[in-house]
Amino acid sequence: MKIAVFIAFKHILSRKRQSFVSVMGIVIGVAFFLAISSLMQGSQKDFIKRLIDNAPHITVSDDFRAAKPQPVSKVYPHGLVELRSVKPLTETRGIRGYQKILDELKTTPGVRASAVLNGQALLSFAGQDVNINLNGMIPQEMREITTIEDNMIKGSVDDLAADRNGVILGQPLLDKMSLNFGDNITLAASTGQVRVFRIIGTFRTGRAEYDERQAFVDIKRVQSLLGRANRANSIIIKMDNPDDALSFSRTLERKIGYKSVSWQEATEDLLNTLVIRNIIMYSVVSAVLIVAAFGIYNIISTVVMEKHRDIAILKSMGFRAADIKRIFLIQGVVLGFAGLIAGLPLGCGLMYALMQIRFNPPGATEPVNMPLDWSAPQFVIAGAFALIAAILAAWLPARKAAQVLPVDILRGGM
Amino acid sequence: MTKALLETKNVTRILSGEVPVTLVKDVSVSIDRNEFITITGLSGSGKSSLLYLLGLLDKPTDGTVMIDGKDTTTMRERTLAALRLEKLGFVFQFHFLLPEFTALENVTLPMQRLGKLGEKERRARAASLLGDLGLGDQMHKLPKQMSGGQCQRVAVARALANDPVLILADEPTGNLDTASSKVVQNILKDLAHKQNRTVIAVTHDTGFADMADRRIHLVDGAIVSA
Repeated sequence: MKIAVFIAFKHILSRKRQSFVSVMGIVIGVAFFLAISSLMQGSQKDFIKRLIDNAPHITVSDDFRAAKPQPVSKVYPHGLVELRSVKPLTETRGIRGYQKILDELKTTPGVRASAVLNGQALLSFAGQDVNINLNGMIPQEMREITTIEDNMIKGSVDDLAADRNGVILGQPLLDKMSLNFGDNITLAASTGQVRVFRIIGTFRTGRAEYDERQAFVDIKRVQSLLGRANRANSIIIKMDNPDDALSFSRTLERKIGYKSVSWQEATEDLLNTLVIRNIIMYSVVSAVLIVAAFGIYNIISTVVMEKHRDIAILKSMGFRAADIKRIFLIQGVVLGFAGLIAGLPLGCGLMYALMQIRFNPPGATEPVNMPLDWSAPQFVIAGAFALIAAILAAWLPARKAAQVLPVDILRGGM
Repeated sequence: MTKALLETKNVTRILSGEVPVTLVKDVSVSIDRNEFITITGLSGSGKSSLLYLLGLLDKPTDGTVMIDGKDTTTMRERTLAALRLEKLGFVFQFHFLLPEFTALENVTLPMQRLGKLGEKERRARAASLLGDLGLGDQMHKLPKQMSGGQCQRVAVARALANDPVLILADEPTGNLDTASSKVVQNILKDLAHKQNRTVIAVTHDTGFADMADRRIHLVDGAIVSA
């Protein structure tokens, strides 16, 4: 092995300029691979984090995945006579016994849950009408379950507990309606009920649609406004480990019957899209390294062509085909490794430069920095890919070198 | 009865192709230890081809080549490589030194591959071999910094690196001037007569051929006198 390394280094150093150019190919390849993949992974992680943070990890709604079977179908599943046009009993919407479910959830370690009553209301002010989504919540639990407190501009979610007639609205909605913090507003529900609320808090998440449509109110006031006393139409759950949400929601649904949707299930199509996006992204950035690997292939095949006589002599001395192959493979590894070592800091520099870029994503009201993923796997993947590409690029000419028959060269046939 | 160091039995080598070419035809020869043998013949008579067969660089189409009584024709490539490394040393018409390596490094290469000596011992042995061949002051020079005769002597030192029992030389003086040729010829003769090695040399030079203990003359790949 030592002798192969010795000869490989001699070959590389005897062609300093070509070696430098092929190393630079890998350097640039690694740097771009890192910058692009960390940017894509960073945006993906940022996206998933937003999905996880800004929405409940599990939402239990007052729906069922499949309608309850009729009693007659249960008793006579294979009956001769089929009853048609059977209408289920009209039920008041809402989760039955939600308080009991909540009590049980609250005793589960790593799980925080709160009941919510959602409904639509019409906000009228100064001749303008805006349809908003009311989130009736228990003020004391809002801080733990939602991230709205993090986005508060004025006031606090705790103020809802102090002022039961308070409402928290998005600042963009206030700006649009010429409203101010502390103003009174009138909300009308589809039931005909009308209530006056005072603006005790404003928030801004950066998502225009959310900021202009959502309102947070004490659950009792929403129950009263919508005429659904002691009802909640969903239970929202946050988990210490969001990755457990999928399995927990399935278990919960089996237990209580109500439809429980985890964040993974709710965003399954998006997550699948991300997988496809990753495949495309890695294919593209890998292409950069593959092109760079051609530089290594080029220099090693040139060396092999020029060194046919030397290979023949080494073989006549007693070097085996495997020794010859090793010499040229080592050259590939050395060039790839040198490119990797120089490419990593350059990649970090590019990543840092990208991080400084601020931009306004569609729908956001405030500029954000480019999200980049600085985790170790990015560096490992870039490094491994660069080395594998370099080894593969060296392997083909190395194999050819190993197949050289000394007698053909010595006879002057090649 | 002492076993022959090298023995061929009815060795034939035919180059396949559209028109097959017979390089060596039915050669049977026995070479003892410490013999100095030259192979002569006209160009294309099969001298080098026979040398490559004797040096285990090529395999016969027919017949057997035995070293120390062992048939080499059935051996695998790695076994043949090990035999070449330990028992054989080659000197070619052109020195074929590795251009990136100094004279000393060229000589240490076979020792390094064999792996029996440590680095210090290797360098000391290489320096000693080069010194014996009058190259004590050239050992750190690259091949391009030396004359053809000096390079050929480095090639001889490289062939001797692993203390082989058999030296095979293919026209070793073919590219040298008269003075350098004499030096190399005398070195090869001394290897056989003073250092008890077996030397087989291919040559056109009748003067050199006459220095040998035995002369094998080939015509069209076949031995006509031995």
